[in-house]
Amino acid sequence: MFRNQYDTDVTTWSPAGRLFQVEYAMEAVKQGSAAIGLRSKTHIVLGCVNKANSELSSHQKKIFKVDDHIGVAIAGLTADGRVLSRYMRNECINYSFTYESPLPVGRLVVQLADKAQVCTQRSWKRPYGVGLLVAGLDESGAHLYYNCPSGNYFEYQAFAIGSRSQAAKTYLERRFENFADSSWDDLVKDALMAIRETLQGETLKSSICTVAVVGVGEPFHILDQETVQQMIDAFEVVGEQEGSAAEPDAAAGQEAAAEQGAAAADQGGSTDECVAPMDI
Amino acid sequence: MTKQQANWSPYDNNGGSCVAIAGADYCVIAADTRMSTGYNILTREYSKICKLADKCVMASSGFQADVKALQKQLAARHLIYQHQHNKQMNCPAMAQLLSNTLYYKRFFPYYSFNVLGGLDNEGKGCVFTYDAVGSYEKVGYSSQGSGSTLIMPFLDNQLKSPSPLLLPVQDAVTPLVEAEAVNLVKTVFASASERDIYTGDKLEIVVVTADGIRREYMELRKD
Repeated sequence: MFRNQYDTDVTTWSPAGRLFQVEYAMEAVKQGSAAIGLRSKTHIVLGCVNKANSELSSHQKKIFKVDDHIGVAIAGLTADGRVLSRYMRNECINYSFTYESPLPVGRLVVQLADKAQVCTQRSWKRPYGVGLLVAGLDESGAHLYYNCPSGNYFEYQAFAIGSRSQAAKTYLERRFENFADSSWDDLVKDALMAIRETLQGETLKSSICTVAVVGVGEPFHILDQETVQQMIDAFEVVGEQEGSAAEPDAAAGQEAAAEQGAAAADQGGSTDECVAPMDI
Repeated sequence: MTKQQANWSPYDNNGGSCVAIAGADYCVIAADTRMSTGYNILTREYSKICKLADKCVMASSGFQADVKALQKQLAARHLIYQHQHNKQMNCPAMAQLLSNTLYYKRFFPYYSFNVLGGLDNEGKGCVFTYDAVGSYEKVGYSSQGSGSTLIMPFLDNQLKSPSPLLLPVQDAVTPLVEAEAVNLVKTVFASASERDIYTGDKLEIVVVTADGIRREYMELRKD
C-alpha cells in the first residue's frame, strides 16, 4: 500500500505531511479496551472496562492514582501506561516536595505531552502506545484531559477512548451539557451508563468495570466493587424508563424489551471485535 | 602556615529532648516543644514529632532544618512505597529506610537525633533509636537530645529490661500499662526541664495504639 513506504521510521515524513508511526500508535489506543471520563464543576469520574485474557487470569490495571488530586485511566499498551503513571507520580512527588503544594493538573499534562513529543522526533525511540485520560482537581477547578501518543492534549467535559468508545462518546455527547451541575451519584451513574454503551449488549457488572472518583474534599480513590454494583443495580431497575428518557431521538420512543436493546439499536453497533493481542 | 578554618558552620543545635517507650500494645513518643539557638528561645511551640506512616511516628532533636528536610525525604519515599505496594510501610520497614536515608549522607550528615516509635506487624509496640548517621537498634525505650543524659538513666531505672544478649530472648517492651507509661514520660520531662536549659515550655505526647494515634499536651517550666 502507498503508506507503507514512509512508515518504517518515526522520523520519516510522508509526502502528505504525516508521520505514520505516530498514527499507528494512536491506532494502538483505539484497540485497547474502553476508558471513559466525565466531569462536573467539582468532581471527575473515570471508568474503564476490565478485560482479562482468560478466566484464569486477573484483569489489567487501567486506572492509576497519581496523587491525591490526580488520577489517570489508560487505553492502549498498558505497559507504556504503567511507565507513564510512574513518571507522573514522581513529578507530583517532586513538585510537592519543592513547593509544598499539589501539582496543577495543567502543568502535569503539558509535561506528559512534551514527553510524548520527544518520542515522535527520535529515530531510536517509538511513540508511547497509550492514550491517557487525566482527571485532576486544582485551584482552577475540576479538569479532564486526554493525552495522545502524538504529544497533543485536549481538555474535555467528557470523553471516551479505546475500542467501541464511539458508543460511549455518542451517549456522552447527548448528556454532557448537564454534567457541570451533576451530583456525585448522577455523575457516577452517567459513567456507568457510558461504560455500558461500550459493552454492546453484554451485562454490566461491577466485576468487569472499574470506576474512580476525584473531587472537592474527596481524594482520588477507586470505588470498591460493592458500591459500584449497588449503583448498577439502582439504575438497572429504573433502566427502562431512563433508557427512553435519555434518548431524545424519536426512534427509541417505544420502550424496548431491554434497555440494552434500545442502546444497541441507537448506536448502530459495530460487529463484535475480539480483544487485541496486546491486551489492554 | 596554619590550616584554613571555616568561619561559619552549616549546623546549629535547636536543642530539646525526645523520648519513646514501647508497650505490649501501644507506643508512647514524646518531645518538648521548645526550639532554641544558643541561649535564646526561638519559639515555645515547635513540634519535633512527625507521623511518617499509619502506625509509625518519629521524634527528632538536633538541627531542626535538617530534621524538616529528613521528614520530607521520608514522606516522599513513603508515598512512592505506597504507590508500588498498595499499602503503608510498617514500622520496621520505616526504621530501615530511616537508617539508609541517614547513612546516605554519611559525609555531610543530617544533624538529627531520632527516635522512631510505633506498632509492628503484630500490633506490639516497638522503638528504634538512632545516631546522626543511621546506626540503629530496636529497643524497649530510648531518649535523645539535650536532656537525654538526664532522662536515660531514669528510664533505665524504671523500665529496667534484661540484656538482649541473654538467653532465652526476653521481650524488651515494658509490662507497664499505657496510662502508667504516659505518666512516666510526664515525670521524666518535668525532671529534665529542671536542669536542662534547652528542655521546657510544653510537652507533646503521642500515643500509637491499634485504634489510631492520640495526641496529648502538658505544660512544662518556661525558664
